[in-house]
Amino acid sequence: MIGGERSWRHLLYVAPFLVFFLGLLVYPLLAGLSLSFDKADLFGAHQFIGVENYRRLLHDEVFLGAVRNTLYFLALTVPALTVIGLALALALNRAGSLAMVLRGVFFASSVLSVTIVTLLWRVMLSPGSGLLAGIARIFGREPVAFLNDPRLALPAIAVTTIWWCLGLPMMLFLAALQQLPPELLEAAALDSAGRWRTLWSITLPSIRRTFVLVLIIEIVLQFQLFGQAQLMTRGGPNNSSRPIVLFIYETGFNRWDVGYASAASQALFLLILAAAMGQYWVTRRDQGAS
Amino acid sequence: MQHIELSHISKSYGETSVIDNLSLDIGAHEFIVFLGPSGCGKSTLLRMIAGLESVDAGEIHVAGRRIDRLPPGQRGVAMVFQHYALYPHMSVRENMAFGLRNVGIDAADIVRRIDEAARMLEITHLLERKPAQVSGGQRQRVAIGRAIVKAPQLFLFDEPLSNLDAALRARTRIELAQLHQRVNAATLFVTHDQVEAMTLAHRIVVLNGGCIEQIGTPREIYARPASRFVAGFVGTPTMNFAEAMLLPPVNGRACVRLGNGATLVTAIAAQQLDATTTCTLGVRPQSIAVADPGSAPLRGPVRIVEHLGDRTLLHVELGAGLSLVAEDSGASRVAVGELVGLQIASSGMHLFAGKRGYHAESPADAPPGLRA
Repeated sequence: MIGGERSWRHLLYVAPFLVFFLGLLVYPLLAGLSLSFDKADLFGAHQFIGVENYRRLLHDEVFLGAVRNTLYFLALTVPALTVIGLALALALNRAGSLAMVLRGVFFASSVLSVTIVTLLWRVMLSPGSGLLAGIARIFGREPVAFLNDPRLALPAIAVTTIWWCLGLPMMLFLAALQQLPPELLEAAALDSAGRWRTLWSITLPSIRRTFVLVLIIEIVLQFQLFGQAQLMTRGGPNNSSRPIVLFIYETGFNRWDVGYASAASQALFLLILAAAMGQYWVTRRDQGAS
Repeated sequence: MQHIELSHISKSYGETSVIDNLSLDIGAHEFIVFLGPSGCGKSTLLRMIAGLESVDAGEIHVAGRRIDRLPPGQRGVAMVFQHYALYPHMSVRENMAFGLRNVGIDAADIVRRIDEAARMLEITHLLERKPAQVSGGQRQRVAIGRAIVKAPQLFLFDEPLSNLDAALRARTRIELAQLHQRVNAATLFVTHDQVEAMTLAHRIVVLNGGCIEQIGTPREIYARPASRFVAGFVGTPTMNFAEAMLLPPVNGRACVRLGNGATLVTAIAAQQLDATTTCTLGVRPQSIAVADPGSAPLRGPVRIVEHLGDRTLLHVELGAGLSLVAEDSGASRVAVGELVGLQIASSGMHLFAGKRGYHAESPADAPPGLRA
């Protein structure tokens, strides 16, 4: 601030944070980036090969399939999580013990670990003894083997994920709705606005920022799909449910091709960054226009 | 026929009664102020008329039409909220248009109404801005504009000036009075500020504990308070109160003895006070003058002197726990500790017994010898 000596002393105060930030975040990030330009394995052998890993990625059908799967998965989960989360929040944004209990119930699934969630849903979806199979039999239909069908495996994982992750968007929307001044809704009532008009013209525009926040959080989270796919289908059948992170994991830790896995990680990082920034940019532009 | 009629309105939250069997008639062009302390039910009453709170019992009629079961938008009322409640994502123009669009008024008419109201309120240059881009006072005008464009039969104001600073509040108060003359619709205005009530109202409704203490013109409320509560709530500085014993009347006028033994003859007709022996004497400081301690009926040392510029307030101790505040001129030289005499104008004496207030019939009725 004033003298050079003094500003160095100030640095002491942020040093504990800086050590962790640099050591545990910045260094691994850069190390990972540098690794992606190497041919490397888990025994520590390194050989610089330039952009070869990236060139390989662009021609790797399994990787490109994983990218397509991940994008498909995003399209299945992010809009559904946002819309259902918002609908639940709107329905449960009221006083009373029933709403309070239901808020707890809908949030409860979020605290379960991925292992338990996938176990539950594998039982649900099992064509032999699952709940859905039972329902199908009641109607005299043949049970569907969701997780063994290349067209249905990823949607089944998506449904599982929506069930698991719904709590967070619901809570974020609830928090936003409870920030809404009640006077605004009263003014709308005096302005003869009906329920839908109030929702569309007053409530939703007022929680717009939360809407963007939920979208970005969910994009970032769902891009990282891993546990559910690993535990429910192992990426199969025929790679139809293999997401990018599972590809990275198997490349790095099963085939020990660490450099190649690292390059795929960088690609995932760029994809997430682009999607989140794109989302942010679109909503910013909308807000500027209105 | 009265324009707005509240009959036997009651409201309670669980066990707590907020409004208790309240009835009130309001003229078509009247400016009515609900005045009372926090929690007296005045805002609740306003919100019941607006339709934002349900009415437990009783009926509300506006121009002969029963409205207490209608949704807020169909009651023909417009409300200005304490915190304005402007829609933050809409421009000023959209804020004003929203309510009109919802009831299907055609676009040309909406534009005409908004332009007219904006001209009246001098906010034409703000129409395309968002509420966050205008100042507090301007937001207040926008909120009023949003009410005006609806051309309601009844305006409701819920403490609309409490968010403004003192200077702006005084200016807006005058503008509101002028606006009411131009718009000429019935207005209900809730406040706990007696200056707003006194300056704006045709009639003031003083509320306390969910009941009406008094309805009257500002002059009546001030000069002839119906109860001790009203007497104490209205007027600055606060009225002096002293417990008193009723003595046999003198010339038909009620006569009282104070705790310190002093006797006072009031200008109040004694036959009004039937069968009462104890009562409370109320005197505004303005009716108590400093007099020569040798001849004055009350005397004592001055304990506190408050110089207010145009006048001076003297807190005088009269013995037996009795203390009165008297008003002296701004040039008063009286010092703390000095012995002064006090002369009370008999026309300024009020007696309160039970739930009632008793006043001099008119200043001329007072016996000449006892006038200040």
